[in-house]
Amino acid sequence: MRVTAWYWAGLIGLALISICSLFVGVIDLSASDLLHDKEALRVLGISRFPRTMAAIIAGAAMAVSGSVMQMLVRNRFVEPMTAGTGQGAALGILIVTLFFPAASIFVKMAIATVTALVASLGFLVIVRRLPPTQPLLVPLVGLIYGGIIGAAVVFVAYQADLLQYISVWLNGAFSGVLRGRYELLWLAAGGAVLTYFAADQFAIVGMGQTITTSLGLDYKQIVLVGLIAISAISALTVTTVGIIPFVGLIVPNIVSRLFGDNLRRTLPLVAITGAGLTLVSDIIGRIVRYPFEVPVGTVLGVIGAVVFLWLLFRKPQYA
Amino acid sequence: MISIRNLSYHIDGVAILDDITIDLPKGKVTALVGPNGAGKSTLLSLIARLEPLQCGTIDIGALTIGQCSNRQLAKQISILPQMTEHVPRLSVRELVSFGRFPYHQGRPGPEDEAKVDEALQVFDLDDLAQRSVVDLSGGQRQRAQIAMTFAQDTEYMLLDEPLNNLDIAASRALMARIRELAHSYNKTIVVVLHDINYASRYADWIIALSAGKTAAAGSPAEIVTPKLLGDVFKSDAEIRMIDGHPVVLV
Ligand SMILES: Nc1ncnc2c1ncn2[C@@H]1O[C@H](COP(=O)(O)OP(=O)(O)OP(=O)(O)O)[C@@H](O)[C@H]1O
Ligand SMILES: [Mg+2]
Repeated sequence: MRVTAWYWAGLIGLALISICSLFVGVIDLSASDLLHDKEALRVLGISRFPRTMAAIIAGAAMAVSGSVMQMLVRNRFVEPMTAGTGQGAALGILIVTLFFPAASIFVKMAIATVTALVASLGFLVIVRRLPPTQPLLVPLVGLIYGGIIGAAVVFVAYQADLLQYISVWLNGAFSGVLRGRYELLWLAAGGAVLTYFAADQFAIVGMGQTITTSLGLDYKQIVLVGLIAISAISALTVTTVGIIPFVGLIVPNIVSRLFGDNLRRTLPLVAITGAGLTLVSDIIGRIVRYPFEVPVGTVLGVIGAVVFLWLLFRKPQYA
Repeated sequence: MISIRNLSYHIDGVAILDDITIDLPKGKVTALVGPNGAGKSTLLSLIARLEPLQCGTIDIGALTIGQCSNRQLAKQISILPQMTEHVPRLSVRELVSFGRFPYHQGRPGPEDEAKVDEALQVFDLDDLAQRSVVDLSGGQRQRAQIAMTFAQDTEYMLLDEPLNNLDIAASRALMARIRELAHSYNKTIVVVLHDINYASRYADWIIALSAGKTAAAGSPAEIVTPKLLGDVFKSDAEIRMIDGHPVVLV
């Protein structure tokens, strides 16, 4: 009941931020221009609206994936974009670019999803071997693991003279988003909506293998389905806008702290908050060095690192 | 009835359970006793199909472990684990509601809500229903977990040390409730207990486990003897009969 009030507050807030987003940018736009200026309408339709939608979808999808991943790994300090999944997707895109440059976008997506999944499974295998009494090892290992895969991507790209390509994937930005170049993200939105149907299953898996089995569910199957969903969402996001870090980490943590872990109730709020945070970060990136842009990945890196440290120091016992 | 036949279980070549053949009588409260490390929790987790069987068979009523679906079993048998792996950030009511999952698969109906209300009321959790499980005391949390198991409403229930953290009033109320469920609703309930006096007073049947083998099985009057305390628990505590129940003086 209290949560539904927050849904509405969140949606209204998101709508207001979106309106700001439509009118902030290198090309000056004001609401009154729209009435008589054809050019202004074109900028809005081709650039500003797609960019705003891309930030909303990518932010919401990453926040939802983070929530799901934290349940699957049973650690609150992991998220796909810093624990190898996003880097795995970038590796897949690099492989396609190197070896099958003529492949269709769907082949590219499929391969990126598979490499993201393999990278996530690898992370899970490592995590299972860590002592459960040391929950903070998990995010550290994740950061190193993601860093190693990211470094491999950079190295191969450097050898193949593709550095400028991969910098786009490894550091997410919305400045390149135009109509016709972001629509794949709607699939990521679809994926995030689909995970909502398994919200209870993910919440139960988060309570451990014993409870999951005794409630009649197949633990391994749910973990695998969840990882596939996360990998596909990450691959779609990385391909279209690049790695969007930390949203999947801080948003689920804040929502869980305030409203708990009943995902059926909280996932909509996680999605709305993730969208809002990403959009605000993108707007900040557009104005701090106006008329130049700071990539959203950099802005989120700064915000995320600060909030992450705060979360680590505040109540580590919940990890 | 739960029939266990020739059950053995090894971890890394060490025998944890060694050729156990026992029946747990239907519609009765069976207490499983034995020293630390005897294999009680292992036995329960095998009955509850939490670990795969290595050797031997377990039948739960008409269902054979390993040959029927997990979901089917979830409506037949529930378990309260000795240690929960992780305390979820859920309200007490939300936690108890998850016990209904095998029935509603995510879409709870009025019948599920009614069962949850009943479980909350029986375990005296009405006032705590909206509190987060994380903020509860150990005993309150234990009660919430037991309420979740009860909400699952299965014919067979396995409770591993349910009296952990409970005060004397809550312990006696729980044991009385367990007896009532067994005798009035014909449920088959297995309880791991460390306090022999609770076993003696509330169980219909006692099985003593020692180093992975069954050391004794029978009614409390037959089982709770100085010989059992000496052989199984290596203790020389005295036993008196009070109202037809053997009582260990501690
Ligand atoms: N995963 C494991 N790896 C190795 N040994 C194990 C494992 N799980 C249990 N054991 C061993 O199996 C034996 C039986 O353990 P179990 O937990 O079943 O005992 P218990 O009777 O429930 O004891 P308690 O009264 O202390 O709960 C113990 O010696 C324990 O050390
Ligand atoms: Mg035990």
